[in-house]
Amino acid sequence: MVGAARHVLSAKRGRVMVQKDVRRLTLILLFAPFAMWIALLIVVPHIGMVALSLREKVAPRVYEYGLGNYIDFINEPIYWNTLLRTGTMSLLVTALALLIGFPIAYYIAKIAGNRTRGALFLLCLIPLWVSDLIRAFGWILLLRETGVISTFLQWTGLISGPIEFLYNDVTVIIGLVYTVILFMIVPLVSTLDGMDDSLVEAGYNLGGSGFTVLRRIIVPYAMPGIVSGCIVVFMLTAGSYLTPILLGGKNSSWFTEQIYDQFITRFNWESGAAFGFLLLAFTSTVIWLGLKLSGQTLANTVAKS
Amino acid sequence: MTETPAYDLECQGISKSFGSVRAVKDVSFNIPSGSFFSILGPSGCGKTTLMRMIAGFEEPSGGDIRIKGKSVLGTPPNRRNVKMVFQHLALFPMMNVYENIAYGLRCRGANTDEIKRRVQDVLERIALPDVGGREIHQLSGGQKQRIAIARCMVLDPDVLLLDEPLGALDLKLREAMKIELKLLQHQFNTTFIYITHDQSEALVMSDHVAIMNDGNFEQIGTPQALYHRPNTAFVAGFVGDSNRWSGKVTASDGTGGKVATGQGLTMSFTAGGGLRIGEGEAVEIFVRPEFINTVRAADAAAALGDNHMDGVVDSLLFNGANSRVLVRSGSGELIEADVTLTGDGDLAPGEAVRLSWSAQHAMCFPRSGAV
Repeated sequence: MVGAARHVLSAKRGRVMVQKDVRRLTLILLFAPFAMWIALLIVVPHIGMVALSLREKVAPRVYEYGLGNYIDFINEPIYWNTLLRTGTMSLLVTALALLIGFPIAYYIAKIAGNRTRGALFLLCLIPLWVSDLIRAFGWILLLRETGVISTFLQWTGLISGPIEFLYNDVTVIIGLVYTVILFMIVPLVSTLDGMDDSLVEAGYNLGGSGFTVLRRIIVPYAMPGIVSGCIVVFMLTAGSYLTPILLGGKNSSWFTEQIYDQFITRFNWESGAAFGFLLLAFTSTVIWLGLKLSGQTLANTVAKS
Repeated sequence: MTETPAYDLECQGISKSFGSVRAVKDVSFNIPSGSFFSILGPSGCGKTTLMRMIAGFEEPSGGDIRIKGKSVLGTPPNRRNVKMVFQHLALFPMMNVYENIAYGLRCRGANTDEIKRRVQDVLERIALPDVGGREIHQLSGGQKQRIAIARCMVLDPDVLLLDEPLGALDLKLREAMKIELKLLQHQFNTTFIYITHDQSEALVMSDHVAIMNDGNFEQIGTPQALYHRPNTAFVAGFVGDSNRWSGKVTASDGTGGKVATGQGLTMSFTAGGGLRIGEGEAVEIFVRPEFINTVRAADAAAALGDNHMDGVVDSLLFNGANSRVLVRSGSGELIEADVTLTGDGDLAPGEAVRLSWSAQHAMCFPRSGAV
């Protein structure tokens, strides 16, 4: 009797062990693709880039380790001016995307009915199904000298000759806002969706005006979504290449263009790698500052939405 | 100096339609200053719509709302001195307790010293003087409740609206909060309008209760009046528990007489709500369990009252002082009657009993379709 009981007990323990192993194996299998993606496509290339950026070419095929590439960047105003310009323009694009995206998100999350909400969300998503390149060419068709808008204005007689709308900062900003605004709307909709309508009503009921309710209740409530959207949009804009090149032409002076030049045109991989790192450091600093100023953390913004 | 109006809130012929649906139909009532007024009705009866119209979130389709004698039609919600405690309280999660209470004062443009003084004052009145610095999620359910009330009361509203604020609490806390709300109302001496579908909340706390059904007020009165002298079949059925029979009047002098129920029982009745009920009318009869006297069949001679019915105890529903007995009558219906169970020599299932009740407690209303 006792022996049989012990046998049953050990069998049970064995089953528990097997279950534990199966669970561990499942976890490893599920986690493996993610770990490989992070390691092979993000960590390893970045280590390579750091190493590359610290190499200086002293003679053909002769390299030394040093900070020369970074010192070059500081000594050449055109480099850091481009970086600063990219930074400010990206901030402007982020601000515009927030200003335009917030009312849209508010409408989708709070005002539109249940069925309209789905349709509107889909409308926002559809442009994403078309590639960046095609969408940029769409803008070119509209804005170039012989494009739709110029021709239309000539036809109405408002202007006498063709006007080139492409290749200026305004066009670049319009194009960028158009490309990234969805990434602002999605996190905003998801945070605003979670807001109880009675909060807004309570805000009015206690005597707040429309502006007070927006400033003291809606915006603070949506802050995680706002910060999360801003981080994504800022990163995407500062790192974008296609839109500034196609819509801004040679004058766009986008920092990614500078990196591309170093790698491809001048075949100076060391300097390109250093620039790439500087861009990463710069955008990370801006985001860190933004988080500090808004009193948010990465955990309750980007990680949540 | 103008004379202070006797009523804090007057509603005259208020109605509201959403498309073809009439949510509130021509409702009129006055609420005297400093009273606790409840609007009690089943869900979907229009009580929330009525409250939202008083608060200003909905514009009535017809009628007039006057607060302290002044019409507030067309006044936006933030300009009405009517504050509201929402169903889920709607405390602002991104502000702490102090900021939540100070919000309304800041909207008014009060200065910092005044805000500090008044917030502290109201926190002391709700007996939570030290919670100002806490975050909302650190409060218990009952504390949140009190903060939500304090947030409104700090603004000295003419009328405080409460939209089923106890719904989310557990039973024990709900019982405690009922008493506390009543005390708070006394302390602030402000008119409270309380909306609920829970009759015990309405009956326990209120000075006056309005019973609302299908967009109409069925009856307004003190809790006692509603319970003992309902005006309509709906009120009789909705407030408190009742045994209900349908039947046809066989003899009547207008205010009382005899009725034959569908189950073949003859019963003496009294017409409810001062109605006159003639012979041959289809009626409904309501008898409250506490007015039915239950005795063992052996002691049947001791049964008093105008109406009698014999049956067998089906089961006992023990609930301390509120215990009931379910009796199955000869014709198969189940009747509820209150009994005192002492734990010694009580009734047991299967025993033959005789139920009796007086004609006065058999309230009778003309049948008005399905209620």
